[in-house]
Amino acid sequence: MTYYTFAFYAFAAIILLSAYAVVTSKNVIYSAFSLMLTFFGVAGFYALLGADFIAIVQLIVYVGGILTLMLFGVMLTNKITETEIKTGVFQVLPASIIIGMFSGVLIASISNNRWTVAEKLNNPQNSLVGIGSILMNEYILIFELLGVLLLIALIGAASIARK
Amino acid sequence: MNLLPFYLIVSAFMFFTGVIGVMTRRNAIIVFMSIELMLNSANLTFVAFSSFLGNVSGQVFVFFVMAVAAAEAAVGLAIIISIYRNKMTANIDEINILKW
Repeated sequence: MTYYTFAFYAFAAIILLSAYAVVTSKNVIYSAFSLMLTFFGVAGFYALLGADFIAIVQLIVYVGGILTLMLFGVMLTNKITETEIKTGVFQVLPASIIIGMFSGVLIASISNNRWTVAEKLNNPQNSLVGIGSILMNEYILIFELLGVLLLIALIGAASIARK
Repeated sequence: MNLLPFYLIVSAFMFFTGVIGVMTRRNAIIVFMSIELMLNSANLTFVAFSSFLGNVSGQVFVFFVMAVAAAEAAVGLAIIISIYRNKMTANIDEINILKW
């Protein structure tokens, strides 16, 4: 077992266990912190896959931005003093039936396919050069529109939450 | 050893966990977190294919998905906080003012 596969299984265990904790935990704050562990595990996967830029962006945007927003949301919509924030679990039977069918189809199709990998992987030492050149040449319009979208979304969010 | 199907299976299980969370929980914030889990699993699939294909385009799309997810989180949490201020609850079943 090489170090690579060991790291793979470690990150996979972190991701799956903490994702389970996000969904099942009774306390919303525990869910938020489990979500942070999940994001760290996914960032580790990105680093294992050679996507260093995406790994760093994952840490900055998700852990630094979205998760902080979520924690603010939790603290503004729940009374912190009572530890048992009432969040029950409903509809377990229909959910498990649908998930069973869906996961059966998806896992079977993933494991029955013969996945071929590119013969000679020419992944560069850091992916930033390739991402920057593609972003500035082929996807420049989407990139600019994304900036406008973020501006509109932030103005809208501020004006919705203000009144 | 080809690790690509293992990455895909981990990502699939992450997606299922998100779907279970959306279907079984009734707290709006937790439903939101489950949606983030699903977005993350889609991103993981993108990066896995991009890395094993030796093509960096998939990582650019992950970048776009992250930006849209950030916008979605900001607007969604603003809506949840605004609803909480009006109805004093974050339980989805009790927010039925649009029900006819």
